[in-house]
Amino acid sequence: MSATPAETRSGVKSEATFLAAGAETLRNGYVLTGRNMRHVARIPGRITTGLVQPIMFVVLFAFVFGGSLGGEDYRRFLMAGIFAQSMVFNASFTTVGLANDLQKGIVERFRSLPMSPLAVILGRTTSDMVVGVATLVVTALCGLLVGWRVEGSFADMVLAFGVLVLFGFAMSWVGATVGVFARTVEVAQSAGLIWLFPFSLISTAFVSAENMPTPLREFAAWNPVSAVATSVRDLLGNPTPANLPQPDTWSLQHPTLYAVLSSLVVLAVFMPLVLMRYRRLTRG
Amino acid sequence: MAEPLTATVRPALRATGLRKRFGDQQVLDGVDLEVAPGSVHALLGPNGAGKTTTVRIVCGLLRADEGHAEIAGHDVVAHSRAARGALGLSGQYAAVDEHLTGFENLHLLGRLYGMSRRRAADRADELLERFRLADVAGRRSGLYSGGMRRRLDLAGALVARPQVVVLDEPTTGLDPRSRLDMWGVIEDLLVDGVAVLLTTQYLEEADRLADLITVIDRGAVIARGSAEELKEQVQGATLALRVRHDSGLDAAARALASVGTGTPTADRRTGRVTVATDRGPEVMADVLAHLSRDEVELLDLGLHRSSLDDVFLALTGHDAGTPKEGGTA
Repeated sequence: MSATPAETRSGVKSEATFLAAGAETLRNGYVLTGRNMRHVARIPGRITTGLVQPIMFVVLFAFVFGGSLGGEDYRRFLMAGIFAQSMVFNASFTTVGLANDLQKGIVERFRSLPMSPLAVILGRTTSDMVVGVATLVVTALCGLLVGWRVEGSFADMVLAFGVLVLFGFAMSWVGATVGVFARTVEVAQSAGLIWLFPFSLISTAFVSAENMPTPLREFAAWNPVSAVATSVRDLLGNPTPANLPQPDTWSLQHPTLYAVLSSLVVLAVFMPLVLMRYRRLTRG
Repeated sequence: MAEPLTATVRPALRATGLRKRFGDQQVLDGVDLEVAPGSVHALLGPNGAGKTTTVRIVCGLLRADEGHAEIAGHDVVAHSRAARGALGLSGQYAAVDEHLTGFENLHLLGRLYGMSRRRAADRADELLERFRLADVAGRRSGLYSGGMRRRLDLAGALVARPQVVVLDEPTTGLDPRSRLDMWGVIEDLLVDGVAVLLTTQYLEEADRLADLITVIDRGAVIARGSAEELKEQVQGATLALRVRHDSGLDAAARALASVGTGTPTADRRTGRVTVATDRGPEVMADVLAHLSRDEVELLDLGLHRSSLDDVFLALTGHDAGTPKEGGTA
């Protein structure tokens, strides 16, 4: 994207102006979060999908695969993986929600307002984060029913869920980027969601990477999903069964650090990317 | 053909030399526009003439390849924020949030314009009242009729009391009753001194609402003036007839050529032939004499004072509203 001279904000902006612009973006992001939350409450399918999906995964993995993978021990191991996966899948709401607003012309209206484009995306990713938290709560309750327990300290549990929410927020910006590229709900729902499966499954979230072919094993070892799942497992004190050996890469030796760093890198890459694409809408 | 623009008041909206190309198609080829405060300027043209492209550029939603646009003196690209602060846009497809109520839609926009909750609520109530939506304010806008949605969308454009309101085909797809409604609403805007840029493919709409009409076709301005001035361009009256059989078309065209002031236009599909004339009703007797000699059977024959439709036909060589090949609006 080539910046025309007119596009570069002319003149020197004082720090105060930047702060004011930042505050305004946050405020508008907050207003739009409220708007999106109303949608969540009013579109029945939306919240149902967000809550039923993780329950379905818990039941499927715990009882379909779990039986042959180690029963009770596997279920304790499994939940961290489900948490991580549901944070990846949460990005699909961002993709579809944004594509929907683009298709319906709502974004066109927003773009005619004196408002930062960042606020529109921020409002979306923030409301999806709220839905993500609700998903985590329901998933955890479901986990308790199948025998999973928090076996670590309260502080570590808070940290574990902090890692999950940060990761979910980062994934949401990936979802936003896909949504802005897709531009229509149809494209968003087909092509836009394909990446979710390999990304969440080629990981150590549910299985050991031991028996994967080398390229997949390497990918799994460095996949942030693996680090998030491992970090959450460690923090919650959920043991890894002996039959599911984990790779000993740096990423999984320091899973919490790597999970946080990779989330921040994802944000640093995708925030500018989605804004660039959003601004490009003006070039038709 | 376009007259030079002379502004007595500083225009609230000004566009100069807009050019835009999509792929190998020149969609806009040098469009100039000015809208004075308290006036309606209609951008009239068939589908694909470049109306929506012009509007999107003027509103800063699309970047022109060449040319400038400013709103209330602010360049829409360099000072887009200030420009958008003075602008209200109501698009071709009502951009209301169907999951929100009418009130919530307007309240949301007020908040995004930086109003407090209270002020946004007051403004929303005021606009709902004014646009006769107060009764359905608490109902989801997805359940509104087409006319109500359009009114809500227009109300949304007015939340921040803009100096310039841009309406892109505000009545396309509305039933006649809702269209009349909408016209009343647009006329009311002028009371506040708002400058209105309106695109339309309905000549009647431009005739009724606009102080100034710019006719564009294939991305270029082909005429500009008040409705009266444009009608004068097609002098006097129009003589129109329809032949029963195609075979009579040429003879009919010859007959009209002999009594008209210009070259007759014939439409083989409908069998309609028209010509401008400066003669009175007695001309019809001459035409009938010609045609009975040539044994041409007529379906009808009429003489009427030129309407904007005739102007349009004379200027563009095709009817208003006829989509052209490969056209994108």
